[in-house]
Amino acid sequence: MSRQQWPLWEVFVRARRGLSHTHVGSLHAPDAELALRNARDLYTRRQEGVSIWVVPATAITASSPDEKDAFFDPAADKVYRHPTFYEVPEGVAHL
Amino acid sequence: MNPTYALALRHGDDALIAAQRLGEWVARAPELEEDVALANIALDQLGAARLLLSYAGELEGAGRDEDALAYLRDDREFRNCLLVELPNGDFAVTIAKLFFLAAYQRRFYERLCSSTDARLAAIGAKARKESAYHLDHAALWVLRLGDGTAESHRRMQAAVDEIWPYTHELFAADELTRQAEEQGLAVASHTFRPEWLAEVDAVLAEATLRRPDDNWAPGGGRDGLHTEHLSYLLAEMQVLHRAHPGARW
Repeated sequence: MSRQQWPLWEVFVRARRGLSHTHVGSLHAPDAELALRNARDLYTRRQEGVSIWVVPATAITASSPDEKDAFFDPAADKVYRHPTFYEVPEGVAHL
Repeated sequence: MNPTYALALRHGDDALIAAQRLGEWVARAPELEEDVALANIALDQLGAARLLLSYAGELEGAGRDEDALAYLRDDREFRNCLLVELPNGDFAVTIAKLFFLAAYQRRFYERLCSSTDARLAAIGAKARKESAYHLDHAALWVLRLGDGTAESHRRMQAAVDEIWPYTHELFAADELTRQAEEQGLAVASHTFRPEWLAEVDAVLAEATLRRPDDNWAPGGGRDGLHTEHLSYLLAEMQVLHRAHPGARW
């Protein structure tokens, strides 16, 4: 009998209120509820977070490394996309 | 005997032996994730055991610390219930043991928070959150195994049937539970068995499992009369300390 492995889940943890959830790793679990528990045990042992998301790895659509050039290179020479073409008025500390 | 000492020893021994048994799963659990989960629970139990046994040692006043109590007593001196010393069996048996124990410990520690003894109350406050998680973990597995495949259902039912008789000892009343209740140290466990039963019943029913009838009710652990399994467990747990007394890292 071939041994079936539990499906893979991606784990996102919010470190503090106000921050967004950040990808921290992945794990195996038979279902979402247990994935959340496993994430708690594997990724928040040292008080790393206040909230956890688990997402089935199969639900993630990722860009392909082959498409890297077409996806990302065209942005390289478009300096006008960066907010650097105006002067910051004096005395404005938080812009 | 000082009832506070006896109480700390009794519940410290429950936690210590439960920790040792759960620790046996390390590197052997069905999946890596479950390995970590069981080890976490074992460490929670060990943490509670350390607090309770350290306190027991202080109350005894005979110069015994947590290590002396854990590593230098023989089986007849241990006061844990029989349930925690039973072998792990298959995964279903381990889960059945953890489920019944956690549902009991959660209620015990919850009530311990209002103990007249400040130290016991503090230990209860720390341990009850941990027990709530142990219960959650065990209940999820009872549901999945009970209401899973035909084979997992068969094994989970067999595990519940095997462990059930040993749950009665958790709620047995004796001189110590009476004294502890009288002095406001800890609520006697038989008073919260109905609540425990209601919770256990609900999970078993949802898991399509049958609750066994109440017949045989083995006991004796609270008086130091244990199954043969405890001696083997202690032999393994204590071998290093006995071979090299006072060994340190």
